[in-house]
Amino acid sequence: MNWYLIVEALPLLLEGALLTVKLTATSLVLGLFIALPLALLRASPSRALSRPILLYTFVLRGTPLLVQLFLIYYGASQVEWVRSSILWSILREPYWCALIAFSLNNAAYTTEILRGGIRAVPSGEIEAAKALGMSYALRTRRIVLPTAFRLSLPTYANEIVLMLKASSLASTITLMELTGTARKIVAQTFSPYEVFISAALIYLGITFVVVHVVERVERHVTRHLRRVEFQNDYDEQARDMTQIPALEQVAR
Amino acid sequence: MIDLQGFGDQIAVGAMTTFRIAMASLVLGIGVGLLGATAKLSQFQVLRRLANAYTTIIRGVPELLIILILYFGGTVALTALFGRYVEVDAFAAGVFSLTIVFGAYAAEVFRAAIQAVPTGQIEAAQALGLSKALTWRLVVVPQMWRYALPGLGNLWLTLLKDTALVSVVGLEDVMRKTGVAAGSTHTPLTFYSIAASIYLSFTSISLVCLTLLERRANRGVRIAE
Repeated sequence: MNWYLIVEALPLLLEGALLTVKLTATSLVLGLFIALPLALLRASPSRALSRPILLYTFVLRGTPLLVQLFLIYYGASQVEWVRSSILWSILREPYWCALIAFSLNNAAYTTEILRGGIRAVPSGEIEAAKALGMSYALRTRRIVLPTAFRLSLPTYANEIVLMLKASSLASTITLMELTGTARKIVAQTFSPYEVFISAALIYLGITFVVVHVVERVERHVTRHLRRVEFQNDYDEQARDMTQIPALEQVAR
Repeated sequence: MIDLQGFGDQIAVGAMTTFRIAMASLVLGIGVGLLGATAKLSQFQVLRRLANAYTTIIRGVPELLIILILYFGGTVALTALFGRYVEVDAFAAGVFSLTIVFGAYAAEVFRAAIQAVPTGQIEAAQALGLSKALTWRLVVVPQMWRYALPGLGNLWLTLLKDTALVSVVGLEDVMRKTGVAAGSTHTPLTFYSIAASIYLSFTSISLVCLTLLERRANRGVRIAE
């Protein structure tokens, strides 16, 4: 183990980690914005509305993110009208291509997660809202979405970690995020262990922070559900049971 | 019809490689997952700690980085071991890294599935005087399979798509073959779309098979209506 090399590489790796965090966070925010309307359509009882969204999520979740990334980054140049339009100034940049691919991909997964949450909202609550004369928009805003978000949170936490890991693919289109920086340093020094393992530890660190923060948020938004002490034990079990459905979202 | 410009055979070979690497990693990964799950549920604290560390680390690090570590790290380690330059085979390195990744997730799925088997079943086996190995083989495994199948199915779909990452270290899979074709014909959109549709057909076929498997695993289970 060459410790000197690690110390020397660390500032560069941290700089790369900054881009990783930026890419991940931006893709998550954009993904959520796209996913919200899609999830509402996907959860609607009308087939004409939900089928096209199903097709979108099926295609995006059924193909590797790497293919989607390459399709946008390399594929866009094949289309003549894209090259001559204003779009080209965006699609020429690896950063924007990565962002577009990640956001679209993330949106597909988030749509399915949110749909699960929306469908899990107790029908009694929705009926009560209808009985009170709430319009679709109002009851979606006040009743359905708050509960749906709360129910989707554990699964969404998984999705955040998956997005963080997926952002490493940006290195394949020359972006110098954490993995890209590590690969560059390895190519220069040929000490894969030191550099790659340092990068892995940084990823682990970010993952732990994310998991910890989401856990706190979750505890905050479910605080009204915990009344007595012994229920905590039960909650723990309930969360264990959700482990398998949570993994459903793993497929990327 | 799309013009493959003579790359059709190459892409078919690549598709076979993708399928082979995924199958090999699935079989080995299920083995690793079962070992990991037994370690997680073991009465020895050391084993539990080790298994938990393994699954936590692997699930927190990008698959691409794991592939890079094992491929380049493996080359350095083997070169040091044999005293001369050794090139790691991309297929072997790919199967090895995907097995390790799949195993970590599968260990969690199997752990939850084993715990879902009612304790009464295991107590009944003990009461009948079955040995530990027999209890495991005749009582636990056939029943936990049913709980594990949906989770495993999702992991298989992830695995299929993760094989694309091994092309980064030079495996001649669909991704690589279509990449080469895209580069030499200057039609990346066409060829990457072909790659996407090949992956999509793999996942679609898998989904159909998984539904059939689940139906078979759930036969004899009474569902209240």
